[in-house]
Amino acid sequence: MRPADPLNRREFLRRAAGAGLGITLAGGLSGLAFDPEGPAGLPREEAKTGLPDFSLPGTAGRLAIARGAERRETLGLALRALGGIESFVRPGDRVLIKVNAAFASPPILSATTHPDLVFELVRLCFAAGAAAVVVTDNPINDPASCFALSGIGPAARRAGAALVLPSEGLFTPVSLAGGSLIRNWPVLTGPLAGVTRLIGVAPVKDHHRSGASLTLKNWYGLLGGRRNLFHQDVHRLIAELAVLVRPTLVVLDGTTAMMTNGPTGGSLSDLRETRTLIAGTDPVAVDACGAELLGKRPGDLPFLGAAERAGAGTVDFRRLAPAEVST
Amino acid sequence: MSLITARRASQVFFTALFLWFCAAATLGERFTELSGWPVNLFLELDPLVALATLLSTHSLYRGLLWALLTVCVTILLGRVFCGWVCPFGAMHQFVGWLGMRGRSLPARLEKNRFLPAQNLKVLVLAFFLAAAALGPAGGGSLWAGLLDPICLAQRSVNLALLPFLERLGVAARGEPRLAQGALAIAAVFLAALLLNLHRPRFFCRFLCPLGALLGLIGRFALLRIGRTAEACSGCGLCERACEGACAPTGRIRTPECVVCLNCLADCRHGAIALATRPSAGGEIPLPDPGRRAVLAALVSGAALVPLGRVGGSTGAAWSPSLVRPPGALAEEEFLARCIRCGQCMRVCPTNVIQPAGLEEGFEALWTPKLDFRAGRSGCQHTCIACGHLCPTAAIRPLRLEERLGTAEFAGRGPLRIGCAFVDRGRCLPWAMDRPCIVCQENCPVSPKAIFTRAVYPPVRMEEPLRVGEAGGERIGLAAGRLEAGRFATGDYFVQLASGRRIRIRGHGEREIELSAAIPDTELPAAGSALEIAIRLQQPYVDPRRCIGCGVCEHECPVLGKRAIRVTAENESRHPRHRMTL
Repeated sequence: MRPADPLNRREFLRRAAGAGLGITLAGGLSGLAFDPEGPAGLPREEAKTGLPDFSLPGTAGRLAIARGAERRETLGLALRALGGIESFVRPGDRVLIKVNAAFASPPILSATTHPDLVFELVRLCFAAGAAAVVVTDNPINDPASCFALSGIGPAARRAGAALVLPSEGLFTPVSLAGGSLIRNWPVLTGPLAGVTRLIGVAPVKDHHRSGASLTLKNWYGLLGGRRNLFHQDVHRLIAELAVLVRPTLVVLDGTTAMMTNGPTGGSLSDLRETRTLIAGTDPVAVDACGAELLGKRPGDLPFLGAAERAGAGTVDFRRLAPAEVST
Repeated sequence: MSLITARRASQVFFTALFLWFCAAATLGERFTELSGWPVNLFLELDPLVALATLLSTHSLYRGLLWALLTVCVTILLGRVFCGWVCPFGAMHQFVGWLGMRGRSLPARLEKNRFLPAQNLKVLVLAFFLAAAALGPAGGGSLWAGLLDPICLAQRSVNLALLPFLERLGVAARGEPRLAQGALAIAAVFLAALLLNLHRPRFFCRFLCPLGALLGLIGRFALLRIGRTAEACSGCGLCERACEGACAPTGRIRTPECVVCLNCLADCRHGAIALATRPSAGGEIPLPDPGRRAVLAALVSGAALVPLGRVGGSTGAAWSPSLVRPPGALAEEEFLARCIRCGQCMRVCPTNVIQPAGLEEGFEALWTPKLDFRAGRSGCQHTCIACGHLCPTAAIRPLRLEERLGTAEFAGRGPLRIGCAFVDRGRCLPWAMDRPCIVCQENCPVSPKAIFTRAVYPPVRMEEPLRVGEAGGERIGLAAGRLEAGRFATGDYFVQLASGRRIRIRGHGEREIELSAAIPDTELPAAGSALEIAIRLQQPYVDPRRCIGCGVCEHECPVLGKRAIRVTAENESRHPRHRMTL
């Protein structure tokens, strides 16, 4: 149609229909998108409550202290005294090993779980019939560097374990029932999926704020988000972690203890050969025992008493009649 | 295989190789990581990088000797580097090809006509070389890295393309890497590519200082493109896809020819040849930017460095926020070498090395700067990767012993890149009555550079507390209430008049349970005021120990403006920046 042509009926109807459709579409879309309230404040994420309990019935209160300089031997001895790895890992189990890989630091400085210990523990789990073993931590320094430099990554892989480095998708918010600090807090739950056994392996280290970094403090590495804030109330936080995380077994490596400058260390002069490896099913008792390697009494570490009062274990570890073995 | 196919294959190969080297330049032993790949190859093959650093430092560092290979090839064959090897050139050619599709022959001929403005690149080259050669005290500044095609492409891929792809979830290892100011870097890169839609190889023809340099080197090339007199009909088809716009029809401009060989393929009369004899149509062996223009470019290039430093950026007004990577040379020597290629930033395992923006002055643009908030951690004090990758030794390769100050370096102490300062107005134990010391815990040196002193200030209470009944491990309150759980954290103490402090183990609203019994002689009297004290460990920095790694700053829970911050004070590379005796 040329512009000069008068509007005929057909053209008028066509245009009217088009205009009507346009207006209806615009109106309809506006109606669909109409938001009289404006945005709400922060979205409320529903947090999962608690974590699965990995402790095994009938193994409560077992504690073994093994003396010796060779980690693979003392681990074997301690586990035998506890009834053997078979009483903790059964065929088909999927085991998660939470190491302390916090720093990009070589094994000789003892700021991280020793790779020999990781290797041996993974090996023993597989020997006991484990279907899968996963090694994880959420380190403080760059994760890839931490696992590589600490030797934990290569050791785990050599023994056949899978290594899980933290990434955003592996954290989910978790609340601790009755907890005041762990509320809706991101926790590294991804590696826990499908896991039936949880083993914590930590070195004995001085820690200026909490007094000592042992197996309970090691669970700090399962936290994500702004976990540095928890230093403001570190004892209560460790006590809450003790309630939140119920492991199958913990291993505290005091073969070499970091006596000063913890938890990073950085010098051989910070270390002392204390030739002790402690394993048990009660992390509070294990830590109370390990604190002595640092020359501390349980009373010096308020988180131990708080954890005991919260029902997470026994500070008076001698009451558990620990088995003492040596190489 | 025709020559054109060979040239295309070569371009695809070298571009893929270049991109692969960029992607693989991350620390690690795996095949997809550094693990021995010669990731600096293209930068080292670049004669402009070599010549500019030669002028600015009077030396040719390590791998830069590879540029000699390019020089030799150019002397023999002309600008084959531009047409066959340069990955940035290949990208330009590809975009230019897109822009020329569907255009008529006359339009193509017009787009590939030589323009006098192509001489501009010679001026760009003169400008940068003068800046490199004639800085203060002989050491110039390597501004050439801004426009050198290899540096530009390497920087853009390292700091814009790869982080962008990681953000989209492609090839990310862990969290995607951050790159400050990536938008500006990408904008320059994209602008250079999009200009090809206006004219093919726009950057190469008008701006590229490396192309200008190779054109000069290749003026006596043994094998040259040229016309044979006998067969030519003067149809002009040879300029249909001429990449260099070097006018093979008429007097060929040898320094513009990028040896794309399209003319050879397009000529239907067999009148174009790659030959040792000069073109029958005559040759113009040198670019002609004009003597005055060259002089102006040289003078302004020479003026650039002193002018840029009038503000004192390398002297009295040095920027304390410009913390350079470990091993970086003193600022003036550093600027005489840094080509802003971004290799140090790409390889840094903690992503703490970031491109500086304009906040550090124009001369520092896109040079490496440590950003302790953006990184995944501070600068790991056992890492020396950046200096070993730096192609020009602007960051010199350190041995770990030197960085840590051990073995034969024990006398000098560890290398310092700065010093941490506690901001007492922001630090929680200093200003807010909150325990914290995350910084102290994470300080990686031994003995720690951050130490603490404990103080026990009285806690601020809404209403005064008065003692009711006291005895053994218990104190009942006659007045005042305790907020549920607040003082049971292990950090609170009851302060007795005798000076003794006893830790509070737990409490109810009106009763306190202590972790030890109060000695009978020190029992507070009923009705006396009760003081609760909090134990605060307040952080201090020992400048003799602090290496400026910034782990403390990275970990500080005061996230916005950190309560402990590293500045370049006391850095080893500048005796002038020394802070303590």
